[in-house]
Amino acid sequence: MVAGLIGKKVGMTQIFNEQGRVVPVTVIEAGPCYIVQKKESEKDGYNAVQIGFGKKERHMTKPELGHFKASAQGVFRRLKEFRVSEEELKSHTLGEEISVSIFTAGEKVKVTGRTKGRGFAGVMKRWNFSGGRSTHGSKFHRGTGSIGQCVNPGKVWKNKKMPGHYGNEQVTVKGLEIVRVSPEQNILMVKGAVPGAPGGLVYIKK
Amino acid sequence: MVKPAIQTIEQRQMRFDHYYIKPGDKIAVHTRIIEGEKQRIQIFKGDVIAIKNGRNNNRTTITVRKMTSGFGVEKIIPLHSPMLEKIELINRGMVRRGKLYYQRKRKGNSAKIKPKNIW
Repeated sequence: MVAGLIGKKVGMTQIFNEQGRVVPVTVIEAGPCYIVQKKESEKDGYNAVQIGFGKKERHMTKPELGHFKASAQGVFRRLKEFRVSEEELKSHTLGEEISVSIFTAGEKVKVTGRTKGRGFAGVMKRWNFSGGRSTHGSKFHRGTGSIGQCVNPGKVWKNKKMPGHYGNEQVTVKGLEIVRVSPEQNILMVKGAVPGAPGGLVYIKK
Repeated sequence: MVKPAIQTIEQRQMRFDHYYIKPGDKIAVHTRIIEGEKQRIQIFKGDVIAIKNGRNNNRTTITVRKMTSGFGVEKIIPLHSPMLEKIELINRGMVRRGKLYYQRKRKGNSAKIKPKNIW
């Protein structure tokens, strides 16, 4: 069985579980994905399946279209490889559908997404510096503050927390619990937050 | 804007038996409580002083306040929780506000909400 899926983050809400307790969940619309390519160890050096998600029709070059020809499931926007063992690879066929039913409630998964881009951010937002007070004669508000000493060491230490680009990076959250799986709607509910904005691409891996 | 997929999830969890509750109501909340193997029902009687988190989703909560031996006790109750056995409406109150937080400052007789004379 393939151990992962490609999906789209829908948003967050809360549900009541069997014990009647409120659980915060992220709703992910995942799959159906289709096997586009099989990577074999003799040919490619490793065993994996490449799966596709999200239909795409326009703006495809001929070589790109050719890549999807063998699976005969149409053209996909997103591709992702998941490693499988050699025996597992044999059990899969090209064009095979993979849906959310590979997951069961209670299972722990890793979810990878791209965080919201914050642009060039100051130290308060980026590194949670506390900043200075706004009023009462204060001249230090949201600035960086001191970044080092004097002649000794005579330099700014490497990795000093400073302003800069923040967000828009790939982040993986491990150990998220699957709360509910509904194969009819292709919907997964994962306990807790998932990186990225609603509508963002996420990879769910066992 | 609420996304349709999330709306269906929320609506499937909603209960439609407590929609009539308003701020100022005196109510008795019957909550199922599981203690190990045993189950019992706890009754919390007080005034609804706030309804929060919107009314068209499963996140609605009510704040119920009562006085217990001179101390104010407030309980925030998820209105759509499956653990609620029932909510009894004792009487409606004469109130002019949606949030009755002024009740927290009041003591004794002035802390009483006048009942509405409808039945």
